[in-house]
Formats: sequence, C-alpha cells, structure tokens
Amino acid sequence: MKSFVPVALVIVALAVLPLFVQSNVVLNFLVVTLMLALAGQGWNILGGYGGQYSFGHAIFFGTGAYVTAILQVKYGVNAWLAFGCGMVAGAVVGTVVGWLAFRAGLRGSYFALVTLAFAEVLRIVASVAPITGAGVGTLVNLDMRFSAMQFQSRAVFYWLILSLVAAALIITWLIERSRFGAWLIAVRENEDAARALGVNALTVKLGAMVISGVVTAAAGCFYVQYFLFVDSHIAYGTWISVEALLTPIIGGAGTIFGPLVGALVVRALGEGALLITGHAPGLDLVVFGMVLIAVVWFSPSGIIGLRKTLLGKFRRPAAEVRRG
Amino acid sequence: MLSPVILIPVLLNGLMTGAVYALIALGLTLIYGVLHIINFAHGAMLTAAMFACYFAFKTLGIDPYLSLFVLAPVFFALGYVLQRFVIGPASHGEDRNMLLVTLGLAVVIENALLVNFRGDTRTIDVPYAFATINLGFTFLAVPRLVGFVAVFVVAIALWLIMSLTDTGRAIRAVAKEKLGAQLQGIDVPHIYAVTFGLGTACVAIAACLLMPSYYVNPGAGNAFVLVAFTIVVLGGMGSVPGALIGGLTIGVVESLCSLFLGDSLGQVGIFLIFIAVLLVRPQGLFGAKA
Repeated sequence: MKSFVPVALVIVALAVLPLFVQSNVVLNFLVVTLMLALAGQGWNILGGYGGQYSFGHAIFFGTGAYVTAILQVKYGVNAWLAFGCGMVAGAVVGTVVGWLAFRAGLRGSYFALVTLAFAEVLRIVASVAPITGAGVGTLVNLDMRFSAMQFQSRAVFYWLILSLVAAALIITWLIERSRFGAWLIAVRENEDAARALGVNALTVKLGAMVISGVVTAAAGCFYVQYFLFVDSHIAYGTWISVEALLTPIIGGAGTIFGPLVGALVVRALGEGALLITGHAPGLDLVVFGMVLIAVVWFSPSGIIGLRKTLLGKFRRPAAEVRRG
Repeated sequence: MLSPVILIPVLLNGLMTGAVYALIALGLTLIYGVLHIINFAHGAMLTAAMFACYFAFKTLGIDPYLSLFVLAPVFFALGYVLQRFVIGPASHGEDRNMLLVTLGLAVVIENALLVNFRGDTRTIDVPYAFATINLGFTFLAVPRLVGFVAVFVVAIALWLIMSLTDTGRAIRAVAKEKLGAQLQGIDVPHIYAVTFGLGTACVAIAACLLMPSYYVNPGAGNAFVLVAFTIVVLGGMGSVPGALIGGLTIGVVESLCSLFLGDSLGQVGIFLIFIAVLLVRPQGLFGAKA
C-alpha cells in the first residue's frame, strides 16, 4: 500500500468511535478485539511478510504480560515503565529464540515446531516458578489512577489499545514501503534466491522476529493492565498462539489491515457461537479452528483477498510441495 | 541417592514410558518423512483415541488391549479420510497451508472434546492396572511391560509393511521422489492418505497402551506432543530408527529428571535436550541434513 491515507482514515474512524458508542459491552468487545489485532499484527510482520509461520507467539504475549505484572507487584515499578519493560522483554525473547532458530537454519515445519515448543516449555516453567506466582498466577493490585495505568472509563482503555494498534499499523506500513520490507518479502517468496541476490536472510528474519516480538508483547502488557491478572495458561497457553496467527491468516496475511479485519471477524464469530450455545467452554475455539481451515481452503489470501478470489483474477497455481 | 536400588527401577520405568513415546513419535516421523509436514493434529488425535478407548471400556466393557484391534483400523480410516478429503484439498499442495490446516484440526478436535466432555479427568480401572512382575531386584508394572513389548511388535509390523508390500514400496518411493513416483503411475494423494492413516493408527495403538495406566482429559494428548516433537527432532525428522532410539532416550532422561528435579520439572530436562540438539545438530542424530 503506497498511500498513508487509508491507514490514517482507519485510525481516525476507530478513534472517534467511543464518542458514539457508550455501551460498556460494546467497548469491552472492541478493546479485546483490538488487543487480538495487535497480537496478530505482530505475527503478521514475521509470518505474513516474512513467511516464517510461528505457532508459539504466546512466548511474546506471555513474556510481556508476566514482565509487566511482576515488575509492578514484586518490585513496585511504575506501571508505565513496567509496560515499556514488557515490550523490551519481547524484543529480548525475540532475539534469543530467533537467533537459536534461524541460526540453525530452521524453516517451515521446523520453525513452527520450535516456537510451539518454546511456548510450551515457558508455560511449564511459569506454572511452577515461584516468581510468576506458580499455579496461582499474579494479581495486579486495583489502583485506578493514571499513574498506575488503570482507568475508570473503558473508553480510555480503548484509546490506549487503539494507540498501540495505530503504532503497529504505522510500523507495518513503514516496513511495507522500506527496503527492509522488500527483503523480508523476498525471503518469504524464495529464501535461496533472495540470498543469492545478496539479501542477508538471517539478519532480515531476526529483525522481523524482534519487531514482531515487541508488537505481540505489547498486547500481553495491555492484557495485564486491562484484566489485572495473569497465570501460565493465559500467558503461554495455546489460545493466544492460535489467535495471534488466526487473525492475520483470516483477515489476510501480509496485508496491513489483515489482522484488524481478522480480529473483528474472529471475535464476532466467537462471541456469536458462545451466545447461541450459552457459553460452553471451548466452543469458540471449535469455530475458530473450522474458520481457519475454511479460509485456507477456499480463500488462501484471507478475507481481504476474497474479492480477488471471487472475481477469479487471482488464481493460485497449484505449487509443488517443496522439500526441506 | 545414586544407589542402584533406586536407579535401576527409574531407568526401567523410563525405558517403558519411552517406548510409548517412541510409538507416538513413530507416527509423527512417518508422516513427516513422506508428506514433509509436521502433523500438529497428532496430539489431538491421541486424545481422541484415548477417549474412544475410555468409552469402549466404560460403555461396552471392552478391554483397552482388545479395543486396540478395533481402534487401530478405525483411526487408520479416520486419518486416511482427513488427509484425502480435508488436509490435502484444503492446503492446495503448499506446506505452509498444510501446517495451518493440521493446527486448525487440532484446535477443532481438542475443543470439541472439551465441549462434549468438559475438562474432567477420567481414568479406567482394569484389574491388572497395578499388577507387577517381581524380577528379584525390582518390580515391573504389567501395563508398562505390555506397552513396551507391543511398541516393538508394531515397529516390526510397520517395517514389514514398508519393505514387503507394494503399498510400502510406493510410500518409500513417494518419500524419496514424489514426481518420479507419480510418473511411475503411483497415486500420490492416495499414498499421502495411507501414510497419514498409518501415522494416526500408531497414535490409536499408543492410546490403548496408555489407558490402563494413564488418565484422559481433553488436554491429555498435549502432554505427549512436546515430548514426541522433541523425539522426532532428536532422532531426525523422518527417521524411523531415530524415533525408536530417541523415544527410549527421552523416556530415560525424563524419569531421571523427575528423580532429581521433581515431577513438575521432569519435562524441562527434555527441553534442554531439545535446545541442545537444535544448536548442535538440527538435523537430529539420524536425519539427513535438511
């Protein structure tokens, strides 16, 4: 997308929304939707643009959440500072996991596997380590002050998460226009060819992983400020790894608005499923899983690509199954 | 602490648990070897098979070791149908899509089980659950010993299928050179589906071997997923002997870690191996360079 106008329009439209919508239920729905869109935008930078499919983005979400919570509760750090530290922690985890995985030349299945394994192990460690509150989890004290980053009004929370989403949208827009973005897409399309043309694939992928980590960690930090609680299942559970990849894939991976569109659709479907059946646990995830399969099956470029698919202008060649 | 009286039973226990791990990993590595994708629905399939085994016992009174002979073909058919009519067509022949579809399946299966059966943990009581054999220096739990032997029977059966039957030869041909196999008139989608079915049947057998001494809940399979993945990475993706040896090794490591670090951290030792293998030898002990 060359022009900044659509990005700006979407941000402004979302920003004025609370002036017309006062219902707390709707605002709550939108806040959680934007939070998932933010987590998904992080995945999108690495998976959508870079083609590195992570199945364990919970490592970033959970690390951001735990760092924000623990720094506040155990060390009395200011909430805003803790939030920043949580995002930095996302970058650190991204660097470590990315370096381990990419240095070893892991791609495709292997990369998905390693990220999933990291998330699973962090979950096990977090569920026994004393510093995370082990099985009980960590509760952040209720303190409705601006300095504690807690707000009486849902609308303020909404604007907070919206500003983070807006920042992520702008970062994505910048990446798309930059040389780095071109390298990243080249690596996605054909890594060997990109390397032959002089692209440093390792650095490019690592860079994408770090940015991705910061963005998804921010969603985790926000989770803690909004719900004031985190435990190992929330932080490092499969649900967030799935949601983080679901939103961009459904919306359209490798597009600026993919995660946002995907998050809206996914959340609407999930809430709908729960309403119809009276909140059976797990039912929303059944629906998500089916939607994921359906989207991959019938519209591989997501909802944003659906129009093109329907018009038949975009025909996907039946690519060979590439080996290793 | 290191007296043989404690150590030997721990090692034996590890070997027996490891055998079941190996069977689960065998299914995974078989699918990887031919389709070149990791089946992320493997753990969910295991859970589903464990539930099937549980209800066969609870409602029909069929012993887990007998239901094995029913569930293995049923899950073979299930795997065949899933690969042929869902995963294959849905992924348009692209690896990344296949990953997403198997992940989607995992989410659907696991949560459908959660919706139907809630999060309750269930066990079955078979008369031989706590039966032991006295070896003189230590005791062996009968269900674990049965599992250990059965895994090797399955592995040999699989090896025989692979080396003696036409289907086995076709599977190996597709694994080596898909296009070449296709040119020889091998129906690749059919072979893919057969392989997926075999992998799924392995999981069903593992489930029946586990049920007499293990519990089931909608997340039960997940406990084995990380372990099975580690084994496959350790043994080398697509390597059958690698899966067997890797499985036994991981079983021993886990039970040693549980002894020294406590139960909840037993799996952390596995993870350390996982990272070490990735750093030093990402193709695994028996795998070719990816």
